[in-house]
Amino acid sequence: MTNKDNNAYWKANLRLMFTLLAIWFTVSFGFGILLVDWLNEFQFFGFKFGFWWAQQGSIYVFVILIFVYTAMMKRIDKEHGVSDEDDD
Amino acid sequence: MDAQTLTYVFVFLTFGLYIGIAIWSRAGSTNEFYVAGGGVHPVANGMATAADWMSAASFISMAGIIAFMGYDGTVYLMGWTGGYVILALLLAPYLRKFGEFTVPDFIGTRYYSSAARIVAVVSLIAISFTYIAGQMRGVGIVFSQFLDIPITWGVIVGMAVVFMYAVLGGMKGITYTQVAQYCVLIFAYLVPAIFISILITGIPIPQIGLGAEVNDGSGLSVLDKLDATLVDLGFAPYTDGSKSKIDVFAITMALMIGTAGLPHVIVRFFTVPKVSDARRSAGYALLFIALLYTTAPAVGAFARLNFVDTVHNTQYTEVAGWFKSWEDIGLIGWQDKNGDGRIQYHPGAPFEGNPTYAESRNPDGSRAVTNTPTDASNEVYVDRDIMVLANPEIAALPAWVIALVAAGGLAAALSTAAGLLLVISTSVSHDLIKKTFARGLSDKKELLAARISAALAIVIAGYFGIYPFGFVAQVVAFAFGLAAASLFPAILLGIFDKRMNTQGAIAGMIAGLAFTLYYIAYFKAIAPELNTAEHWWFGISPEGIGMLGALLNFVVAITVSRFTAPVPDQVLDLIEHIRVPKGVERPHDH
Repeated sequence: MTNKDNNAYWKANLRLMFTLLAIWFTVSFGFGILLVDWLNEFQFFGFKFGFWWAQQGSIYVFVILIFVYTAMMKRIDKEHGVSDEDDD
Repeated sequence: MDAQTLTYVFVFLTFGLYIGIAIWSRAGSTNEFYVAGGGVHPVANGMATAADWMSAASFISMAGIIAFMGYDGTVYLMGWTGGYVILALLLAPYLRKFGEFTVPDFIGTRYYSSAARIVAVVSLIAISFTYIAGQMRGVGIVFSQFLDIPITWGVIVGMAVVFMYAVLGGMKGITYTQVAQYCVLIFAYLVPAIFISILITGIPIPQIGLGAEVNDGSGLSVLDKLDATLVDLGFAPYTDGSKSKIDVFAITMALMIGTAGLPHVIVRFFTVPKVSDARRSAGYALLFIALLYTTAPAVGAFARLNFVDTVHNTQYTEVAGWFKSWEDIGLIGWQDKNGDGRIQYHPGAPFEGNPTYAESRNPDGSRAVTNTPTDASNEVYVDRDIMVLANPEIAALPAWVIALVAAGGLAAALSTAAGLLLVISTSVSHDLIKKTFARGLSDKKELLAARISAALAIVIAGYFGIYPFGFVAQVVAFAFGLAAASLFPAILLGIFDKRMNTQGAIAGMIAGLAFTLYYIAYFKAIAPELNTAEHWWFGISPEGIGMLGALLNFVVAITVSRFTAPVPDQVLDLIEHIRVPKGVERPHDH
């Protein structure tokens, strides 16, 4: 593998990482902390919406984020020929 | 059978299971002792990580803390789960590719320096010991409250069990016992939560019950009723916080990056076969953790509602039995300030300090509290830790549920203690003895050294469990601040910044660690009277200061590295190597 391939792979990896981290930050620090008072004006299945994000919603999103990361990275690994699938 | 007999049966059965697994999975080489041979299935590793991670604090204390803090309890819920996103995206896959045994291994090799390795070992030992003392104490408390065994003997039994599977089995033994312990603890946590959710709302899923209507005909949802009840009594609404926004932000951040930097969590990802497995395993770990962490806020809210309902304005002579039994243990105290014979529950401390009791009882049978009363109209002192343990009694659940909770609390404390002991012994035998002082040690001798250091670490941890420093319980929360400010930035920069060199990393770790330690020591030990928001820097409490410590570490490390020698070529190759998943090596004996 050449350095050029490596760079492209690393860039794709970073792009995905920053996108997912932006979501991570938005649901936890954004919805759960900074915007919580505003979101609490809305009701969501018996919860104040901001409170739900803080004590329930953010945690669900965290779990989903890791599985999305795992799946997308698998594809990116394959596209750039650096997958560990055949290793053993 | 009564609850105590059942508890003996459950504890005996689960301990037998753990020891059986330990004997089955004895470690034969350092490779098996340190990283379970690197062949653990990602789902099993996810369960083991979850048990490793969820300690006595998560199992016993967290729901109680949330019950009394309301929205502010969010810092623990998000802080102790969000860290796994950082771990999965930024650290775990790369550290797995690196393919060695310990966190100081990575820091020592990446920064091509024994000094960096030793700084990492010192941070690791400081973090792990503060954390472990609380676990052994948790074991002792469960034994003393459910089985009437003195705390000291409880700790000794706990030490003996951990000794069996940590010293014999190493990482391999610990991994498979942790899988069993996860199953025990999650079952023990969910069963009472489901029962209580059905009792209060009629809905068997606590996560949904938390938002549902209370089935008392009031038409109010659980949270609305809780808000209204608490405001009536003079408390702040449950769904609003009393901490400042910046402090909630800082504590959450410090706990998240602290979680990602905790060595006993990181090493769990060295045990899976491949890089892609490390990513997947982090997902499973968080899924298993989230099962408990999304249930905890429901347990907390139900418990608070139940507590107010049963206690407030109740004649002492008619109050439920659990109130009196926890009063007997000394975790509840009641002072009838207005002399009406009823228990009044309001904000503020009822009296100064923790309760002390006179020998004789009051005429109504309550224990006479001798503390100086405060001006507050509140008459009840309640220790937050009892909420999860007392919950089955409060909700009048069957005796086997109470026994289950005791076994679950022990599983949570033992699994975390074992994981911590392993990273301590590994870093002593591998990083200090083998890689620093006695290079060329044979694998057999290194394994013996690892076993001896594990045994010693257990004895020291047990000692702290029996004779805790006054501040140990508080210090546990600060282990996160220290991990956030020292190890996390060094590992992250080691992967993502090719310019980061020895000088930068060491300067950063020392600056972050010193600053965080000093800030905590200043407000907790040197000048505790100044520990209020107006004296804190930027309004950030000692619990949240790890965020600034980490920031300082990053700034110092990057600045110093740009003015000192560049990274040697073979280290640049190493960075290139860990950045791609292909070509992973199974860890080898050496």
